Amino acid sequence: MKSGSSRYGLVLFFVYLLFYGGFVAINAIAPESMESTVLSGLNIAVVYGFALIFGAVLLSAVYGFLCGDAGRGGDTEGVQQ
Amino acid sequence: MIYESSPQAVLIFCLFVGFTLGLSFWLGRKAKSSAGYFAAHGQIPWFVNGVAFAGDYLSAASFLGICGMIAFYGYDGFLYSIGYLAGWIVALFVVAEPMKKLGRFTFADALDSRFNSSGIKLAAGISTLVVSVFYLIPQMVGAGALVTPLLGFEHWQGVVMVGAVVIMIVVTAGMVSTTWVQFLKGAMLVVFSAVLTWMILQRGLRVSEGGADGYQFQSLRITNADFTDGDSVVGPLQDVELLVADDGWEQAKEKFVRVRQRSSGKLSVWLVRRAGESEDADWLLSEAQTLTKTADGRTLVNGQPKGKKKGEPELHPVGYVKELPGGVQETGPLSFLGFFRTLQNSRVVLWRNEKLVHGDGSQTTVYYQQETSGSQVLRPGEHPTFRGIRSSKPADRINFVSLMLALFCGTASLPHILIRYYTVKDAGSARKSTIVGIASIGFFYVLTFYLGLGAMTSGQLDVSDENMSAPLLAKGMNTWLFAAISAIAFTTVLGTVSGLILAAAGAVAHDLLGSVLKLQMSDTEKVRVAKMSSVLIGAVAIVLGILFQKMNPTFLVGWAFSVAASANLPSLVMILFWPRVTKQGIVAAILVGMISSLTWILLSGEAYSKVYGLDAAAAVVPFSQPGILTIPLGFLTLIVVSLLTPKPVSGGG
Repeated sequence: MKSGSSRYGLVLFFVYLLFYGGFVAINAIAPESMESTVLSGLNIAVVYGFALIFGAVLLSAVYGFLCGDAGRGGDTEGVQQ
Repeated sequence: MIYESSPQAVLIFCLFVGFTLGLSFWLGRKAKSSAGYFAAHGQIPWFVNGVAFAGDYLSAASFLGICGMIAFYGYDGFLYSIGYLAGWIVALFVVAEPMKKLGRFTFADALDSRFNSSGIKLAAGISTLVVSVFYLIPQMVGAGALVTPLLGFEHWQGVVMVGAVVIMIVVTAGMVSTTWVQFLKGAMLVVFSAVLTWMILQRGLRVSEGGADGYQFQSLRITNADFTDGDSVVGPLQDVELLVADDGWEQAKEKFVRVRQRSSGKLSVWLVRRAGESEDADWLLSEAQTLTKTADGRTLVNGQPKGKKKGEPELHPVGYVKELPGGVQETGPLSFLGFFRTLQNSRVVLWRNEKLVHGDGSQTTVYYQQETSGSQVLRPGEHPTFRGIRSSKPADRINFVSLMLALFCGTASLPHILIRYYTVKDAGSARKSTIVGIASIGFFYVLTFYLGLGAMTSGQLDVSDENMSAPLLAKGMNTWLFAAISAIAFTTVLGTVSGLILAAAGAVAHDLLGSVLKLQMSDTEKVRVAKMSSVLIGAVAIVLGILFQKMNPTFLVGWAFSVAASANLPSLVMILFWPRVTKQGIVAAILVGMISSLTWILLSGEAYSKVYGLDAAAAVVPFSQPGILTIPLGFLTLIVVSLLTPKPVSGGG
């Protein structure tokens, strides 16, 4: 696990872990705050929930962009036909 | 509710199943070798594999369970969507590419890549079987629940039919046919859910006093003086007598009253509560519905024998808006965000239930109205699983954190997901297909929120069956759409069950028989053994699906995630990042993680109340979800045992 793609992967993993951990922590420690309206008439629960889903899609796209063609071919030892 | 199978539903259902089986037989020609049977020769295009990830992962629990939970409790179902998707981040950033590089057919291959240890194969094979069977049960239960209203079959007939079709798919062409079935199912699920969401937004929200059958539930306000025990008349209710709370009803005498209409003899049950805090405040009565299972096996609806066709006694459909912002009766079409804004400022009528046991052993479930503000619907903590976050007890909050941790860690540990990394040609394709999978699954989970809330306000809900919320929502829109959604939901079960049976069959043929028992098998024999294993595992799944008919699919899937994360994740992660890992460490971590999480689950309050029928308060362990303890325990075991055993020599074990 020393390749560039794995380094990008670990950094992005910890970014998302913090984001997800924040959501779980707010729910566990101060659930009533999830009802506060924050954006465009929507409460924190809805905004944060959608942000976690769109954030996952966005980070995975960023990861795909950063890795480019890394890992293409050459890794076919797992497939013996 | 009474379900009548429609010709359209049967036609589309038969077309789906016929096409799926035809595809399997056609593709069967390409899966003669073990590389073809277990890994589709590693030649599945990455985009197809990515959508197949969605088809594999979006199980009956995702589609039926989450939509149903949102329809009945609001935001809480969306917490599962968030947790299930977050797990894919672990799969993409940590597991995807190394899995492809290290493994061949099963995830045990990847764990054993540095050691060639039969102990690792044995432990990983057993873990795969346990997790797959845990995951299979809710899928089969969901299949039975789905076929009953669609085709009018009994639950057990539905389970047997699903089992038979899946066994045929897996036996004919293994991973090749399974992949294409999952690809088609994943694509159709996302497309049709998007269509349904668009229709929900076009319909908007409208005020109602009852469900789609036109029945209006009554709410009454009566004075304190009207409300006396015994034989007296109750205020605005004319020509009725108040029944004494006995034979089980005394369990809820503060909550419900029963009355009988003198002229017709018709019984009705009402939820009763004070209109204010003082002792002389008026009483508010709201009409409830009851479903009784008598000791001799009959079913009564509101005290009358349940009907078999429309017009006869049945539970009324529910799910409606009581009040919209600004006092309007109807909103017209709503935007994507406007839907939430409007609902947040509305009031909806949700339905809750309470079970009562009578002296002769019969049971009555009382379904009663609960008017709820939209802001409460769009906040977490309403469903019993998540109610703990508002509890004063730390153990209840730990239970929530533990479940969210299990969802985060469980996805990348599920054997039927991990084997899909072997169906593409290289690590780059594994990464790209995971990104496509995340986009498809993420988009679907956004849609589940609209589908669930759309069902909540559709007037179509069956109070006795949460899992039917999404198909019934579609039925309210269009009969053909209902037919298509039901058939897709059925294919959803087929896709996920095929993947699970294939993962379990791989564990038996490749890990346990081939590597542990060292049976010398030719390539063809290995495929034959895998096919025989598939038939056996399919048969076990059928039996369990019938035995566990009453269990909630989402609840069981949560258990499978906890066991998978505790048993498999520590070894998967540590073998990638810690060179000091030993084979003894991996074996110990898998066994300790699996046994500790299973034991915890079986001693939990949820198992006590939902499996053994005992009092949850008598449970041995303080909270139900084990992940917060058993996942770290797996890591700790691996580290300690690895440090206590000889350092692995490079290239062997």
